[in-house]
Amino acid sequence: MPGGLIEDRVDPADAEERPEPSGAPEPARSRVSFVGVLGELLVTAGVLILLFLGWQLWWNDAIMASQQSDAASVLSSEWREQARAQHGDTPAPSPEGYGDPVVDTTAYGNGEAFAVMYVPRFGENSQRGIAEGIGLDVLNSFQLGVGHYPGTQMPGEVGNFAIASHRSAYGGGMHEIEQLQLGDGIFIQTRDGWYTYRFRDFEYVTPDTVDVLAPVPHRPDLQPTDRIITLTSCNPLYSTAERIIAYGVLESWQPISAGPPDEIAAQVAAWGE
Amino acid sequence: MYAALWRILPGPVWVRILLLAVIAAAVVFALFTWVFPWLDGIVNPIDVTVEQ
Repeated sequence: MPGGLIEDRVDPADAEERPEPSGAPEPARSRVSFVGVLGELLVTAGVLILLFLGWQLWWNDAIMASQQSDAASVLSSEWREQARAQHGDTPAPSPEGYGDPVVDTTAYGNGEAFAVMYVPRFGENSQRGIAEGIGLDVLNSFQLGVGHYPGTQMPGEVGNFAIASHRSAYGGGMHEIEQLQLGDGIFIQTRDGWYTYRFRDFEYVTPDTVDVLAPVPHRPDLQPTDRIITLTSCNPLYSTAERIIAYGVLESWQPISAGPPDEIAAQVAAWGE
Repeated sequence: MYAALWRILPGPVWVRILLLAVIAAAVVFALFTWVFPWLDGIVNPIDVTVEQ
């Protein structure tokens, strides 16, 4: 019959059992239509999807960002404590400076944290732990958030120290990456020291452009002479269609016992001590 | 569906609204605490690395 969509009708006997006195049965309340239920389910599904996006992009993002920056500060202060225990307080720099940067040659396993990133341009509490590997166990971790591309160089090494992080959601370790300006400091702390990189330029590439990770970006055939850092994240914001690449060049190095560079001294000291 | 829920709830209108608000809060809490973290491990379209 044409009204086949109406699956169920309240039996008139049921209607009479209702406590409120009702003369004629009210049609709008006494029938459950297939289309009506389907519509309600679809509206519910829409609301659930919006809720999930809100959870992913803001709620969970904020929780992860705060836990990641706390964990990074714990790492940072542990390494400073270790240095203080080993070498005593701040040594005076020699007139020639501290020489060539010390390069950590340890072969770190996947997920092992070996550095902390401080970028003042990224705002307060933007410090993040850097671990070996670019899997979700690192990038979506509540403790880490920034991953080091295996096979690329280490902080301070001649060549390319390449790292990746989320731009939106999961703590967004590089959420403000597009705000970097020429000369902005990108500070990397390891157990050995503080490496000061200066932001140089951006590049926007497709997700398969692995040449940006080469010791000399886009020229895998060349021998590197510079010590650079490469940050990769997704682009545009809230999309994964492209990658935003930020390059920086090593400016200076100082041992861990010399204390943090002046530009991040306040950010480093703001936690714990 | 929701009309049936409204009919099942006891009390005057303001009590029903209050009950609905409590139910909605409980549902959102359950989603945020258990369902979404689980779902997130299954649908994960956000990729930030350059890879071949």
